[in-house]
Amino acid sequence: MKTAISLPTKGAMGKTGTWRVFRPTIDLEKCIKCWRCWIFCPDAAIARNEYPVIDYDYCKGCGICANECPVNAIEMGREEK
Amino acid sequence: MIVIDTANHIAALAAKMARPKVAAAYPITPQTTIVERLAQYVEQADVDMEYIRVESEHSAMTACIGAAATGVRTFTATASHGLLLMHEMLHWAGLARLPIVMVNVNRAIGPGWNIWSDLNDAMSQRDTGWIQFYASSNQEVFDGVIQAYKIAEHHDVLLPAMVSYDGFILSHTSMPVDVPDQKEIDAFLPEFKPGWRIDVENPITHGNIVPPEPYMEIRYSMQRAMEKAKRVIEEVGKEYGERFGRYYGLVEEYRCDDADYVIVTMAALAAEAHFAVDRLRERGEKVGLVNLRTFRPFPYEKLNYDHMIVIDRDISPGLGGVLAHEMKALPGEVYGFVAGLGGVDVTYKDIERIYALAREGKQGWYPTEVK
Amino acid sequence: MAIKDLPMEEYLLEGHAACPGCPITIALRTALKALGKKTVLVIPACCSAVIEALYPKTAFNVPVLNIAFEAAAAGASGVAAALKMLHETDVVPVVWAGDGGTYDIGLQALSGALERRTDFIYVCYNNQMYSNTGIQRSGATPYGAWTTTTWGGKKEHQKDLSEIVMAHHIPYAATATIAYPQDLFNKMKKAREMKGPRFVEIFAPCPPGWRFDMSKTVELAKLAVETGVWVLYEAVNEHIEFNGTSKSIIEGKKERRPVEEWLTLQGRFRHLTPDDITEIKRELDARWEHYRQLYHSQQKGE
Repeated sequence: MKTAISLPTKGAMGKTGTWRVFRPTIDLEKCIKCWRCWIFCPDAAIARNEYPVIDYDYCKGCGICANECPVNAIEMGREEK
Repeated sequence: MIVIDTANHIAALAAKMARPKVAAAYPITPQTTIVERLAQYVEQADVDMEYIRVESEHSAMTACIGAAATGVRTFTATASHGLLLMHEMLHWAGLARLPIVMVNVNRAIGPGWNIWSDLNDAMSQRDTGWIQFYASSNQEVFDGVIQAYKIAEHHDVLLPAMVSYDGFILSHTSMPVDVPDQKEIDAFLPEFKPGWRIDVENPITHGNIVPPEPYMEIRYSMQRAMEKAKRVIEEVGKEYGERFGRYYGLVEEYRCDDADYVIVTMAALAAEAHFAVDRLRERGEKVGLVNLRTFRPFPYEKLNYDHMIVIDRDISPGLGGVLAHEMKALPGEVYGFVAGLGGVDVTYKDIERIYALAREGKQGWYPTEVK
Repeated sequence: MAIKDLPMEEYLLEGHAACPGCPITIALRTALKALGKKTVLVIPACCSAVIEALYPKTAFNVPVLNIAFEAAAAGASGVAAALKMLHETDVVPVVWAGDGGTYDIGLQALSGALERRTDFIYVCYNNQMYSNTGIQRSGATPYGAWTTTTWGGKKEHQKDLSEIVMAHHIPYAATATIAYPQDLFNKMKKAREMKGPRFVEIFAPCPPGWRFDMSKTVELAKLAVETGVWVLYEAVNEHIEFNGTSKSIIEGKKERRPVEEWLTLQGRFRHLTPDDITEIKRELDARWEHYRQLYHSQQKGE
């Protein structure tokens, strides 16, 4: 029997990091670990490790993290490719 | 036990005895006494079922889909415009492979408002992937609903199924029905085992975007299930006969063995045609009847007759009677008649007249074109 | 509660199909943290149905029943009934629908499900248009907004769905937005712990639909509340409490920021005339007068 059943898969649309035009980088020295970047990331691409870690395989480069960081610890630079 | 009641009440009784866990339905003439009886069962007779008094037929079918997807047996009933309103969700249930069982009380479509019987409502659903049965007596309604669950839920099938019967002619007419014991029904109809279900322990997504190639595979799977359903319908019909004494199957063949001509029709017209065949036979005519109990899957294999007089109580404007045209590809000769639309009465005398017209080589709308 | 106190568990997997900067996925991540594993999402046609990605894969790690556009609340009614019969009382059906499938085509099913006291949560994420089909107007589109079916700006104000929902006298109705994740989390959590029909509407600014830079999604959500364009409230058994900045505004502790700040950031309002802005302000003032009256009558009730 075939019907439209799909299974939960990480990377279901592939490596969405390839969509990026701009790339966020976090200056860990400025970071105060408020975790706003983590909660506001639409792609769940920021991990809560000791410090925030961006998963560049899936980050789409929207820039919300940079916009919302209260201490301007995140910079959006041009994606090099 | 013999119960004397209307087809609607018998349908509700059969539904109750099949033990669905969830029913959702919206009232519409001439189905109303079904939903009323369901409410009585739940409120006054301690029947263990959730009955959702939905706010439209579209929601009725959708609620059944939600419940069936969660893994339970379901039931709904409707008629005419209600069936039309849920058309989108009939397709949905078919593609989702959810074995929902529905009773449809045939009623003509408006405008103008017409509460009497013709089969256009159910005929319009023939592409939805639903197994379609037609009943010609209250006994067949009861037996049909019970068998529908077994057929639909069979793991070679897993398609929704509907049982249609004529509004007022059957729905509001009392007939004696032999009703088996609940224990016997339970033995015949085991607990529902879904083909797939919503389960928080094993999360799946049903129905997200499907690209073209896998979509075609899903459609192919439905077609294959319909083909297998033919075998399952015959098997279940045979088992039903062994258990309850009444044998069923894809069609009913009445006095066809040495027939030169057979009348092919469905539902109440088939009941009328029984009388017509007997009277014609008394006059020496070699005629039989094929009662198409099953319309989907279409039982082509059972229609290997040389001369078939087809009576359609439906019309596909621009094509003609649906039954006749589904049969045109068969090797035998088809004489197509359209009769009884909007509840125009068609008696055994009319059917005898139709037979005579066919013998003259005529066909067409009766009595509008030929009489 | 600080943001760091929000649960770590993610039910939305990386690599989904949403636009960069999408508010829906921000909302969904927080909402699912509050709803937990025993959640069945019922999703009609909307952006989320596409965000799930393509068969045979899905980005959602809770069960999802996709359903027809107009039918989400009816589908959830069926799921709720089945769960009850299966005695799976700790599993909750949650509709996750856009404003299209809620305000317009889905309104009948929603109303029926609420009136029948269905045991479920209905979440509407409101991006004020039919986003998934390409930015057409909906009953939630505000006056003056450009959409692909209102090229000169919509001529009518949006309808007030909160009033319609509350007219069903349900145990829980609330509004939220993505800019205040703790508030959203708390409301979803409260809804999760209750029974009966519960409704939450989440304001969701859409970058491609409203024509603003995708990095400003959360900023705009905050601005909506600060200008009063969106109000935050919670009604438990019909007792309304305003929250956060909306509460400060209602209590007179804060002024609403000028609505021009809201309008100038969005390309969909680029063509507004002074008369349009006057009309927008008139409606906003009238709405806040109404909220004020609501607030004062609730106060008196105590």
